[in-house]
Amino acid sequence: MRAFTYERAGDPAGAAKAVAATKGAKFIAGGTNLLDLMKLEIEAPTHLVDVQDLGLDKIEDTDEGGLRIGTLVSNTTLSAHPRVRQDYAVLTRAIQAGASGQLRNKATTGGNLLQRTRCPYFYDPNMPCNKRRPGSGCAAINGASRQLGVIGTSDKCIATYPGDMAVAMRLLDAVVETVKPGGDTRAIRIADFHRLWGDTPHIETVLEPGEMITAVTLPRPLGGKHVYHKVRDRRSYAFALVSVAAVIQPDGTGRVAFGGMAPRPWRVEAADALLPRGAKAVIERAFADARPTPDNAFKIPLAERTLAGVIAEARS
Amino acid sequence: MSDRENFSVSRREVMAGGAATAAATAIPPAQARAQQPPDTVPTMPVAFQVNGKQVKLDVDTRTTLLDTLREHLKLTGTKKGCDHGQCGACTVMVNGVRVNSCLSLAVMHEGDEVTTIEGLGQPDNLHPMQAAFVKHDGYQCGYCTPGQICSAVSVLEEIGKGIPSHVTEDLTGPMRATRDEMRERMSGNICRCGAYSNISDAMSEVAEG
Repeated sequence: MRAFTYERAGDPAGAAKAVAATKGAKFIAGGTNLLDLMKLEIEAPTHLVDVQDLGLDKIEDTDEGGLRIGTLVSNTTLSAHPRVRQDYAVLTRAIQAGASGQLRNKATTGGNLLQRTRCPYFYDPNMPCNKRRPGSGCAAINGASRQLGVIGTSDKCIATYPGDMAVAMRLLDAVVETVKPGGDTRAIRIADFHRLWGDTPHIETVLEPGEMITAVTLPRPLGGKHVYHKVRDRRSYAFALVSVAAVIQPDGTGRVAFGGMAPRPWRVEAADALLPRGAKAVIERAFADARPTPDNAFKIPLAERTLAGVIAEARS
Repeated sequence: MSDRENFSVSRREVMAGGAATAAATAIPPAQARAQQPPDTVPTMPVAFQVNGKQVKLDVDTRTTLLDTLREHLKLTGTKKGCDHGQCGACTVMVNGVRVNSCLSLAVMHEGDEVTTIEGLGQPDNLHPMQAAFVKHDGYQCGYCTPGQICSAVSVLEEIGKGIPSHVTEDLTGPMRATRDEMRERMSGNICRCGAYSNISDAMSEVAEG
């Protein structure tokens, strides 16, 4: 690990300012992904700004009937919150499908959104990777790509966004609240938060330098049946090959989002409208522009079968 | 004094001594580093409690909680397996919650309360989970065991607090410490010897208490 200096920030705008003021500085919250990458020197921050004292660890009802989740709320706390279990069960299901108990106790809401891909070539400093070293090439495109993306990818990078929580948040139309170094705040729809990176796969979100997530808000509950199915190489503690998050109403309408398929949680609203016609129609629309590799083409029929299982569960 | 007493050094002490020797051989590079301008190797003071005892240290900011426990405080019960949060051998409790001590910096724990396997119970005062692991042979080589036990104790607490898991069918109903629940919740602790079924037996016994 490269040497770095460390400070604990006292307020959100101050934290943003501290990161913006030092070249190579980063925020640290739970640290479960950042420290993993720092040990491999894939991340090498010169300065860490610890945000644990900022008091952003509360879950509150919003005036609109939704929920505001402070960025420092741990995955465990969020998944166990009574209102989340009652009204946003797909979020509890998605969080509990990811990582291990130890990691969920440390991982934060904002940090989880910012986790980096688990592409094996990104994690191997001996291999070219446009995300890790821009311009060095992509070893994954003609490499072992079984785990990697089938849609929204580019000729520069076919990595996936690895998380589960954000798939449910995309389904629920969450909004990410941030503060900038100057103190300005903004609200970013989660649909716009993770970039489809094109030629710049090292830029994964729309956050500006020093801009810090302060909360994630959920709109009013949707009702309906909440289901999250994750297909992976082992039954627990593994990243998704394919995951499907859905909220399905008694009349068969609803919405659906996919994980493990793309650089960001994948949802196509026009495909949601096809839910009453069944899994095949939804998948054909949602993945109409897919460009899978021979190694990962199986993900599309797997997504269809997984969605068929989700629809069946919602009807049962 | 008999010969036997002269050699009454436990395997554990030999292992701990070995770690100390390894640390001693690492001194030259550490000295070399100390001769560099001080701003190239930032260190910081940090104070927290470990097993009820206050500790105060000056650490390289890069030092993980795991390395602090093992190398600075000589609490070698907590083990380093993968050092990347994948195996669970380093599991300890911080403020009553289990975490991977390898994925946390010591400087982030100012004022925290850390409990390691040494704090959970001692040879003459075993924690019920430690006793159950012994009774049910919940290990073979034993390397992952401290992490397994810290995790197992936490798992039962998490079920008691009503925290759901991936296999919980009814998210709003009461949580029960079933075999399926315990197995799912222990998935962050890998046992290369494959003692899982005995670990599950040990946990079930404590859960049924």
